[in-house]
Amino acid sequence: MSDVAVVGFAQAPNVRRTPGTTNGVEMLVPIFAEVFRQTGLSKQDIGFWCSGSSDYLAGRAFSFISAVDAIGAFPPIHESHVEMDAAWALYEAWLKIRMGEVDTALVYGFGKSSAGQLRRVLALQLDPYAVAPLWPDSISIAALQARLGLDAGLWSEKDLAEVAARYRDVDVSSLLDEPYLADPLRPHDVAPITDGAAVIILASAARAKEFAERPALITGIEHRVDTPVLGARDLTRAPSAEAAARAAGASGVEVAELHAPFTHQELILRASLGLDEQVRVNPSGGALTGNPMFAAGLARIGEAAKEIFTGRANRVLAHATSGPALQQNLVAVMEGLD
Amino acid sequence: MSTVLSAPLEVGFDYTRSLGPVLGRFFTGLRERRIEGVRGSDGRVHVPPVEYDPVTADPLTEFVPVGEEGTVVSWSWMSEPLEAQPLTRPFAWALIKLDGADTPMLHAVDAGSPEHVHTGLRVRVRWADEPVGHIRDIAYFVPVGAPDGTAPEPPPAADREGIMIAPVHLHYQHSASPEESRYLEALAEGRLIGQRCPACGKVYIPPRGACPVDGVPTEEEVELPDTGIVTTFCIVNVPFLGQRLKPPYVAAYILLDGADIAFLHLVLGCDASEVRMGMRVRAAWKPREEWWTSLENVDHFEPTGEPDAPYESFAHHL
Ligand SMILES: [Zn+2]
Repeated sequence: MSDVAVVGFAQAPNVRRTPGTTNGVEMLVPIFAEVFRQTGLSKQDIGFWCSGSSDYLAGRAFSFISAVDAIGAFPPIHESHVEMDAAWALYEAWLKIRMGEVDTALVYGFGKSSAGQLRRVLALQLDPYAVAPLWPDSISIAALQARLGLDAGLWSEKDLAEVAARYRDVDVSSLLDEPYLADPLRPHDVAPITDGAAVIILASAARAKEFAERPALITGIEHRVDTPVLGARDLTRAPSAEAAARAAGASGVEVAELHAPFTHQELILRASLGLDEQVRVNPSGGALTGNPMFAAGLARIGEAAKEIFTGRANRVLAHATSGPALQQNLVAVMEGLD
Repeated sequence: MSTVLSAPLEVGFDYTRSLGPVLGRFFTGLRERRIEGVRGSDGRVHVPPVEYDPVTADPLTEFVPVGEEGTVVSWSWMSEPLEAQPLTRPFAWALIKLDGADTPMLHAVDAGSPEHVHTGLRVRVRWADEPVGHIRDIAYFVPVGAPDGTAPEPPPAADREGIMIAPVHLHYQHSASPEESRYLEALAEGRLIGQRCPACGKVYIPPRGACPVDGVPTEEEVELPDTGIVTTFCIVNVPFLGQRLKPPYVAAYILLDGADIAFLHLVLGCDASEVRMGMRVRAAWKPREEWWTSLENVDHFEPTGEPDAPYESFAHHL
């Protein structure tokens, strides 16, 4: 089966609010142009297109159809969509190339999180029978997870602030003076509401060197899921992330881009993925500095690949999550293709 | 970026779900003021019950009654409750392990202030006054021993089995694209404008954020007449909720003269059976004082009486 490499990556600015539509077109058109410029490919050269987005974020049925305009999808193309972070769209595209159906694929994700009330919209990811009708918001669910780790002595509020402080120019003690947003979480523990989009171009290993000087060869990619029943699993761990990392062969990486929208989730992931102090975590700033829904996981893969494109690393890990409290996790391991 | 039009978009529906034997029994129980969990393959009692074991995925069928009191396993403080949450005053979200259960359930605890909540706090169910047949039949939890008024009387036996209705209401601020905004603003002046793709030259109405052929925004403004042809149509014979016209009537794709894409509108002013592909039509505008930023300013299209357009002239627009 054909190996697959990341050969291009671009993302729209991560901003608190865009004036654009929820169909993503305004954010996607410029970044499509950017990856085509990077790779020398054009839309006619792309064998398969796959996207990740959510109708609930847009408040409209089939909202991803409008985004297809950004492709310039006439004459007809091979296209698919996942109602998840676009990292899972990348997995589908990876399979298409693995199966030998196509040589190239373009994957994109987008989300205008600011259009609605993100905390409430995400409640609809929960069990629709016994949980979602209570409308627990995404930040409160994460706060319950954070408390379990505090009570178990796995981390302290200071540990959480130290994670946040790594991404901004502040000292830990001033962060701890802030009032709670959702006790025990403070504003710095929570990823900002972000509008954004990201795009990646994949190519078969056989052709990857045509499109990138130093492609990021995907040596392993896996995704796993934990039970959606919040009470039935140990929320202080991410067994599905651990299983995905093991299956993807995640040891010995120099850089890890983690999709952790909450400070304590970065600590859970570091432990679950077995990352030691030697590993550079989130050189991009990670999701705590910008978390465009349905694109942030794909962006982690892109940012990790960039470390390889630029020669700053030779073996990297990228992680994406979807669903509440790190329920679903994807891990990709990449190496430089010289 | 030019100014864009935006407006509130309200989405609301009552999600009606079938419950099946496991959840159905649980929710019927709640309505009758009792709580049952289900025993998992590993012996753990899950509350709320799960249909399939979280570890082995085996179907689960052994129901186990559990208590109305329990212990807080984790909690967070909701200082500004959001719409539709269990309480409108500040409360705690909590994972609560009911007595006799092994897995905690998520619910709200009415505790007044965060100082009154801690892990290990003992809480009891406060039943809803009016059962609705789902998880909200537990209104919230209160600390054991806290005064909570008079407990409501148990309601009469259930009259609706096996389904639950969950209302969903979401609020958005919907933005039009710059191209769409220009089009909507022109409609308020009684003008129909399209925009031309700079790459392929096609004229789109409404204009598009990106040409579906070329993937670039349409830019050059093109004023279009309010005359065109029917490319295709259907006769609506079926009555439906919210219908504004009495059937039969015609919904048709109208291709304005000079445009490269048709839009859906009504053709009135003749018998439905007379409408045909290629028929020439003209917009019937509403009175000027009713105009706003909407294609509704055109009430409908009606026949002009001119000769039909030949099929070959619009075949590529079908
Ligand atoms: Zn065009």
